[in-house]
Amino acid sequence: MSFVKNARLLAARGSRLAQNRSYSDEMKLTFAAANKTFYDAAVVRQIDVPSFSGSFGILAKHVPTLAVLKPGVVQVVENDGKLIKFFVSSGSVTVNDDSSVQVLAEEAHNVEDIDVGEARQLLAKYQSQLSSAGDDKAKAQAAIAVEVAEALVKAAE
Amino acid sequence: MMQRTQLLLPLAMEATVLAQQQRGMATLKMISMRLKSVKNIQKITQSMKMVSAAKYARAERDLKAARPYGVGAQQFFEKTEIQADEKAEPKKLLIAVTSDRGLCGAVHTGVARLIRGELAQDEANTKVFCVGDKSRAILSRLYGKNILMVANEVGRLPPTFLDASKIANEVLQAGYDYTEGKIVYNRFKSVVSYQCSTLPIYSGATVEKSEKLAVYDSLDSDVVKSYLEFSLASLIFYTMKEGACSEQSSRMTAMDNASKNAGEMIDKLTLTFNRTRQAVITRELIEIISGAAALT
Repeated sequence: MSFVKNARLLAARGSRLAQNRSYSDEMKLTFAAANKTFYDAAVVRQIDVPSFSGSFGILAKHVPTLAVLKPGVVQVVENDGKLIKFFVSSGSVTVNDDSSVQVLAEEAHNVEDIDVGEARQLLAKYQSQLSSAGDDKAKAQAAIAVEVAEALVKAAE
Repeated sequence: MMQRTQLLLPLAMEATVLAQQQRGMATLKMISMRLKSVKNIQKITQSMKMVSAAKYARAERDLKAARPYGVGAQQFFEKTEIQADEKAEPKKLLIAVTSDRGLCGAVHTGVARLIRGELAQDEANTKVFCVGDKSRAILSRLYGKNILMVANEVGRLPPTFLDASKIANEVLQAGYDYTEGKIVYNRFKSVVSYQCSTLPIYSGATVEKSEKLAVYDSLDSDVVKSYLEFSLASLIFYTMKEGACSEQSSRMTAMDNASKNAGEMIDKLTLTFNRTRQAVITRELIEIISGAAALT
């Protein structure tokens, strides 16, 4: 029953989209982190995001979805074809049905700003913390820190 | 006790007689003391204004960066047009975003007043999460039972995402399954104005019932849950930034007004001081001259 309902909903939406396609052709990206705002409703060509359900690329008219960001690199292809990479620690991605995309990160930085040496040191520090962690909570925290540090090293290299 | 008052009574009478005799001198001394203390107060309010002006400049810069973030976090809820389930028993959660510090006009009272209004409507099914001691201080007298939790040490330093995620974590772990909620905060408009506003928050169950959610692709409850947890932290972060900026700007205005009022008081007191001093001099002159005239 619910499938039929969903299909009908989608079909109705599809026809509506077709009517006002003229302005939903472009994708508006809001990419912000707690420390900085990178894009505020700027029109871009493509965004690649790492999420817990797998990495995926977003183009205009992507099907609406929600996802949770994984530590990794977000790639933004601007309208003139320029590729910019950002490292994100965690956050969320929202793709709405009017082709607006919100990427909200807890913290994000330009990949060029990352120092590989420092990142490796961080990784080593958290790995030793993980091995020396006593209870489950500390272990889980250290595991998350290691995951972020690994992604950070990978992004910097 | 009685004995002592009996002993003190003649002493007190003597003192009043003495004060009446030296009235001109005493008031002169008193005025100068008063003048000094008002001048000190003015110095304090002036420096507080300077401090909050510097803090405000930073808060506004931070807020400018955080606004797109907050707007982005609200987008999903606006686009999906989520509405609270009216059939279910309503369990409301109000998050009051204030701080620990006072002397900033009606910033905190505005938030508390809005919450008091909500509580007056439905006291039994509403709980309040106080961020900052001020909202607790105002609300605890009448609605102490409705306060779920208080977060303090807010307002000394600019709010960070870590603070917000700690609060969000506490809200989620409090074991209070709210069906709908509101974040009550002050939205910063300009240096001279702010507006007490609310942002809606929703629990996972309410969101999953929303019709428009069907449009969204490949969702499982885990993703929705994590998404909502993160968006709660983002919204709290954004509202804390708004609140901090309004608070600093309001404190700046309040302290500016206080300095101005102290200035007025100083002018008046200086005038009275000079007048009294002149009166004392004149009186002394009259006494000397009439004394001398009586001798000749």
